[in-house]
Amino acid sequence: MTEILERRASITGIGQSAVGRRLGRAGLDLTLDACLAAIADAGLTRHDIDGLATYPGAGIGTAGFAGAGLTEVQDALRLDLDWFAGGHEAPGQLGSVVSACLAVACGLATHVLCFRTVCESSAQGGGGRAGIGGGGRGGFKARDALQWTLPFGAASAANWLALTAQAHFHAYGTRREHLGAIAINARRNAARNPAAVYRDPLTMEDYLAARLISTPFGLYDCDVPVDGSTAIIVSRASACATVAKRPIRVEAVGTAIHGRPSWDQWHDVTSMAAVDAAAMMWDRTDLTPADVDVAELYDGFSFLTLAWLEALGFCGRGESGELVGDGRAIALDGNLPLATGGGQLSAGRLHGYGHLHEAVLQLRGEGGDRQVPGGPEVAVVSAGGGPLAGCMLLTRS
Amino acid sequence: MEAWHPFRILPALDDSNRVFWTSGESGALAIVRCRACGFWIHPPSPICPSCLGRDLTPQPVSGRGTLVSFTVNHQPWIPGFDPPYVIALVELDEQPGLRITSNLVGCAIEKVEIGLPVEILFDEYDGVWIPLFQPTADAFEPGAGEGGGAVGAAADASEEGAP
Repeated sequence: MTEILERRASITGIGQSAVGRRLGRAGLDLTLDACLAAIADAGLTRHDIDGLATYPGAGIGTAGFAGAGLTEVQDALRLDLDWFAGGHEAPGQLGSVVSACLAVACGLATHVLCFRTVCESSAQGGGGRAGIGGGGRGGFKARDALQWTLPFGAASAANWLALTAQAHFHAYGTRREHLGAIAINARRNAARNPAAVYRDPLTMEDYLAARLISTPFGLYDCDVPVDGSTAIIVSRASACATVAKRPIRVEAVGTAIHGRPSWDQWHDVTSMAAVDAAAMMWDRTDLTPADVDVAELYDGFSFLTLAWLEALGFCGRGESGELVGDGRAIALDGNLPLATGGGQLSAGRLHGYGHLHEAVLQLRGEGGDRQVPGGPEVAVVSAGGGPLAGCMLLTRS
Repeated sequence: MEAWHPFRILPALDDSNRVFWTSGESGALAIVRCRACGFWIHPPSPICPSCLGRDLTPQPVSGRGTLVSFTVNHQPWIPGFDPPYVIALVELDEQPGLRITSNLVGCAIEKVEIGLPVEILFDEYDGVWIPLFQPTADAFEPGAGEGGGAVGAAADASEEGAP
């Protein structure tokens, strides 16, 4: 077998800014908090950082989505970079971290600072969650891929994924209670995470009684827009002797998409690009789903966690509802703990990087009140929905 | 066409998409097709993804298809486009996987189910002919649509999601 190059990379530092609703702080400001925290966590200084990566980069998406751009972070910290990359055409949000792994593996950089910042809560102000297209006033016209959905009022990923979820319900008998188990598990774990945004208990009754967004999704199936930034330092494994904390090894990554890069033209209406990314990741390791001790699976919508469970082979196609069942199997003391910090559904929509941050905490044993018992050694992290998909398998070194 | 005529965000027309968005004026939706191998291509592309042919031309489709998924949207994303409304994923009869996201109209929300046979109709906005779908006249008769018996599961799902 050819060398699995990403194994030359380790995660050596993590940092997070304040995370909350309408913090009213600039994206760059939050980003610097997260970046400096990650650098300090690794026991490095800014002068050690020679690579910079982000998703999605400046100037894209609805208000607050991009958070902060790569060049403004470089300039604010006066970083001397040998390698950098930021952009949204990538295998999901984790694509930026995968790029950093390859950069250190190939010797283009030694310590890459990766960040993801969102200011979607402040950007939405006192109003409701905005659809893509800003409501369409002022002569706004839909272009590119959005022209095929916006004219029909399919203005959000909530709508696009609801189509996938409804087809999954129809094909496999998945029910709202299965989605509810994901949301309730996230909230239960968030109660143990002081940084989580929503920590009050959530019952199945609350879940089912909440207003509908786009069937089969109700309010609690959708993640919580927040302001916040997460930073991760990816280092060349051979350069980890000087770092402060136990490095977390990158065992394998998954970046594949073999079908059409589209929300509504994907060949199987019940699945997503996650199936290809996950299959690729398992092809690059001798570990199997049975080896995973903790799973930080994407939950921009509750259904995405079900989709990733199936894609990653924790159950067969269509069996994810049965797997989550009443939620015991996915709890902190269950067979497969999910969203241990509350996920995006309750801790806040940190867009994939929050899950990666949490996986590193768990593998280090720094999970505090929410630490998975037994000293977890293998974690899987996934991010993305629809045509966006990327995943990583991490191990305690 | 019934009275439902919400405010819609319209597409920006250009040479690549003008035929799709204006063909409804003639009563039939036109979709790009490869002259060499007959493959239908949507969204439009300058190349046939099947045979890499470059000799492509829009051709009218039957406008008949199957509802492969749907969602009842309840969230007011766009002022003037008031919920609830049904977002439909329709697969056209012409080719497996030839899909359009649209709206299902002319159907009570509680009767919407995956597998419904549907047919096209249009609503015009400033020269843009929005393709919409409605159940065929015999959609709710026994044996109509694909997979007949599978429709029951969809009805269960839609009941759970209904307001």
